[in-house]
Amino acid sequence: MGSNMAENHPVGFRWPMKAREKGATIIHVDPRFTRTSAAANLYVPIRSGSDIAFLGGLINYVLKHDKWFKEYVLAYTNASTIVGDDYVDAEDNDGLFSGYDPQSGTYDNTSWAYAGPVNRPARDETLQHPRCVFQILTRHYARYTPEVVEQVCGTPQALFLEVAEILATNSGRERTSAICYAVGWTQQSYGAQIVRAAAILQLLLGNIGRPGGGILALRGHASIQGSTDVPTLFDLLPGYLPHPAVSRGDDTLDDYLRQSAPSGGYWSNAPKFLVSLLKAWYGDAAAQENEYGYQWIPKLTGDHSHISTSAAMADGKVNGLIVFGQNPANGSPHAGLQRKALTQLDWLVALDLYETETAAFWYAAPEGWKPADVKTEVFLLPTAGPGEKEGTFTNTQRLLQYHDKAVDPPGDARSDLWFLYHLGRRLKDLYRESTNPRDQGLLNLTWDYLPAQADPESHIRDEPAAEKVLMEVNGYTVADRRQLPDYEQLKIDGSTACGVWIYSGVFPAPGQNMARRRKRSPSNYVNPEWGFAWPGNRRILYNRASADPAGNPWSERKKYVWWDATAGTWTGMDVPDFPARKAPETPAQEQGSGLDLHSGSDPFTLKADGRGWLFAPSGLRDGPLPTHYEPLESPVQNALYERQDSPVAKRFPRKDNPISPPGDPKFPYVVTTYRVTEQYTSGAMSRWNSWLSELMPEMFAEISPELAAEKGIDNLDWIVVSTPRNQIECKALVTRRMRPFRHGETVIHEVGLPYHWGYQGLVKGAMANDLVALSEEPNVYIQEDKALTCNLRKGRLR
Amino acid sequence: MIDRYKRFMNLEEPPPAKKAKGFFTDTSLCIGCKACEVACKQWNQLPADGFAITGNSYDNTGHLGATTWRHVQFIEQAKANGGRQEQRWLMMSDVCKHCANAACLEACPTGALIRTEYDTVYVQQDICNGCGFCVPACPFGVIDRAPTHGQFEAGTAHKCTLCYDRLKDDMTPACAKSCPTASIQFGDVEELQQRARHRLGELKARGETKAELYGMPEGKEATEVGPLHAFFLLLDKPQTYNLPEIPRLPRKTMAQRYGWSAAVGVGFALVGALVFGGRR
Repeated sequence: MGSNMAENHPVGFRWPMKAREKGATIIHVDPRFTRTSAAANLYVPIRSGSDIAFLGGLINYVLKHDKWFKEYVLAYTNASTIVGDDYVDAEDNDGLFSGYDPQSGTYDNTSWAYAGPVNRPARDETLQHPRCVFQILTRHYARYTPEVVEQVCGTPQALFLEVAEILATNSGRERTSAICYAVGWTQQSYGAQIVRAAAILQLLLGNIGRPGGGILALRGHASIQGSTDVPTLFDLLPGYLPHPAVSRGDDTLDDYLRQSAPSGGYWSNAPKFLVSLLKAWYGDAAAQENEYGYQWIPKLTGDHSHISTSAAMADGKVNGLIVFGQNPANGSPHAGLQRKALTQLDWLVALDLYETETAAFWYAAPEGWKPADVKTEVFLLPTAGPGEKEGTFTNTQRLLQYHDKAVDPPGDARSDLWFLYHLGRRLKDLYRESTNPRDQGLLNLTWDYLPAQADPESHIRDEPAAEKVLMEVNGYTVADRRQLPDYEQLKIDGSTACGVWIYSGVFPAPGQNMARRRKRSPSNYVNPEWGFAWPGNRRILYNRASADPAGNPWSERKKYVWWDATAGTWTGMDVPDFPARKAPETPAQEQGSGLDLHSGSDPFTLKADGRGWLFAPSGLRDGPLPTHYEPLESPVQNALYERQDSPVAKRFPRKDNPISPPGDPKFPYVVTTYRVTEQYTSGAMSRWNSWLSELMPEMFAEISPELAAEKGIDNLDWIVVSTPRNQIECKALVTRRMRPFRHGETVIHEVGLPYHWGYQGLVKGAMANDLVALSEEPNVYIQEDKALTCNLRKGRLR
Repeated sequence: MIDRYKRFMNLEEPPPAKKAKGFFTDTSLCIGCKACEVACKQWNQLPADGFAITGNSYDNTGHLGATTWRHVQFIEQAKANGGRQEQRWLMMSDVCKHCANAACLEACPTGALIRTEYDTVYVQQDICNGCGFCVPACPFGVIDRAPTHGQFEAGTAHKCTLCYDRLKDDMTPACAKSCPTASIQFGDVEELQQRARHRLGELKARGETKAELYGMPEGKEATEVGPLHAFFLLLDKPQTYNLPEIPRLPRKTMAQRYGWSAAVGVGFALVGALVFGGRR
């Protein structure tokens, strides 16, 4: 669901295909019949934007028909945990949870908390207490019946029930099911909640922490997983540590550490990770007396995500922008506004393989600006392609794989690492004399990445060594600079340094780059000696759950990690994601911190209570349980609640960002945007390649024969697709792979738009992102472009 | 004496025959990613054919030709079955069949088309004079001449070489190497045929009743052109994939056609004799 894996991850899709050949059932739930649907055993249509109703229907089915995995759910989830009595569910409040403040459009989540402390909450193992999670969950999804699924999602009941039965039968002791998703879920105004709904379903079916189970996020690019780990996200420090923020009151290091370290669970070690990070960044300058340089990290003052920054840029509040491998003028939502924003800059540095739409906006944008009128000074720097630089890729499975450079990049082209390293070096040089406190962070940054000796075969004499960066990422002892074997060795006293705690262990000794390993293990399908998976080379997280509470495998067939009583240790095919010598019968301690508060049968070590969360008492800004809302733009009213759409999704109410009201007759159709195999994202790399471009040469819109007939459109006719933001022209591809949906009595037509084209490259075409609105999912700040509304007519713009 | 002549003429012994090599393209595994098309064009440095959408599903390269040696077909099938929509999207990576009795090879007057030591059919670019006889001879419409303009060996005939240069180095042809789902399988033809028969049995057992093999020695499509060294597992009738039910060999009907031509000639001569003879 939410993924077109065969088209967008064709190489990874070899594994589902192999599984299919071994008897696995592939189900594809999608608004369009795609190449993934063609390869699946069962294709199930679903109206764009209705994923939570579908998953909620599955949750309801599993609960109502008693298909949940009892031993697993009772022991490993918070089903029995009792929620505080201030909690009001969305079912009882027209789609809003308790704690909503309409003024600010945000939730105060204190009323969602457990009764009792989060690490030692009150529980009712009989699951009868009306406020225990199990009962709340059952009531919350009781209305998500197959009839409602059919009404809301447009999925025929019989098909929905077939999915439910296949999933239920294929889960339990002997079998497991996996759910794969991609941006088809996340690029919605409640994307994180859709993933949560999948998590609830998988926990109920016992499919987490077990081989063949799980929820797999298929990432959009080769190392997007790495870019969230290390990370490039504005609100996170490396290794998913929260970024210090004014709103959290992170004034001092102590404040920050207190806020970030819960008393239960593995996150109670967060202080060790943060101090080690500061030591890696600031070296000798980081000392206990100066809070290890904590004050040199700027504190967040608000939302500085890409979309918010673009809005601020359009208002002239941003002076300069450096863009690496990103193409906002085409690839980001409301691309027209993105381009306007670029004109407000003083300077723009674009680093890319080709002159992207972003680098060329000042003379080539469809707005037709005259170069003389654009004040932005644009620098285009040529970069190295993947084969022209070395480094790691971190894939969907959290697996780091190192790759060497095959050839030098041509001419002046350089790696991103080269650019960042030398930019930092020159900036440090520029600020050398500064005594301004805010410059001290820059001046104190450790910045020693040049190799002892330049590569004799390369024409580039000052290329930094990517392995030196990876060694710092791994961590070392400060006193004698020994590489650390794993993150368990990290200390809070400043004696260790570590760039990304979750990656620790990837480079445990000089010359031992574990990400380089390519050894197959014929006797162990986990192949533990291929690359390095974080954390600690674990391939499946929370794999303690692959054994029953007593530590025995749930079944011989699904044997993975288990307790060896004779040796007194956890063992198995994977590295156990659990304290190695903590016996299954170990009781939770009353006092103490971290994992001491968990028993030997609490597998979810990162959670304060050690349990998988069916109900999320904290961590999400838009509710403890996924609830069906319509997208911000929808042709229909929410059939389940008074509340139409996400109460906390961020809209950008600006004159240049109008959003259609629900059921707007001016924009009756649903648009969903996507990619096809032949091109890559905004086309910045692929539209310059003739062999790829001939395969998908022109922008098109996929529509059903029914919609085509209604509008008098023939295959390959020019059409104009419009939203309140903009309109574009492209050719129609009329296909039965697009089907109209029913929502009660309303027929809903969908329009499919790939977003690969632009005004640069060998092949050019209209940009689907010109139609998309600025909006943000409240947890992860992603735009909604998988479901919006549009109109359509035959003809051309002019 | 002969040896001296060969040395003088710079003639080499042909390499000893090897086991026949070929492709088994199993369309039930194809996901239509077109990696084969791109890998083929990159390895063989074939130019793109132009940038225009065809409107025919996701197929924008149209057909095999002088500069497209692998081509992925997309066939959309849909029919209503009660309340449910029954849909299939068939994908098939087409290629030169390297026929055992290759019509192109028989039609070639210059000897440019040869059978290699791998029992594949190969065009020698330095010998081909661009006469084009091979083009209509091929019952599959595979071989074609490159346009006379452009940088790619203009005017001569081109088609898949089964990556002859890679075979020489014991490497898998580019298309098979790049296929992520093993839809294109490369190997010894005999072994591939065994595998294909087994695979068909598997699919039939699974309920793929329409599945069939195309190009096997026992198939009726081998009647004239012989077994295809690049053969297919199809999920529907050959015609669905634009494949002839029985590919014909022009030679088989040649005597007949010459006969008719002669008869027509004689007829014209007689008519002429009557008409002009009568005037005298």
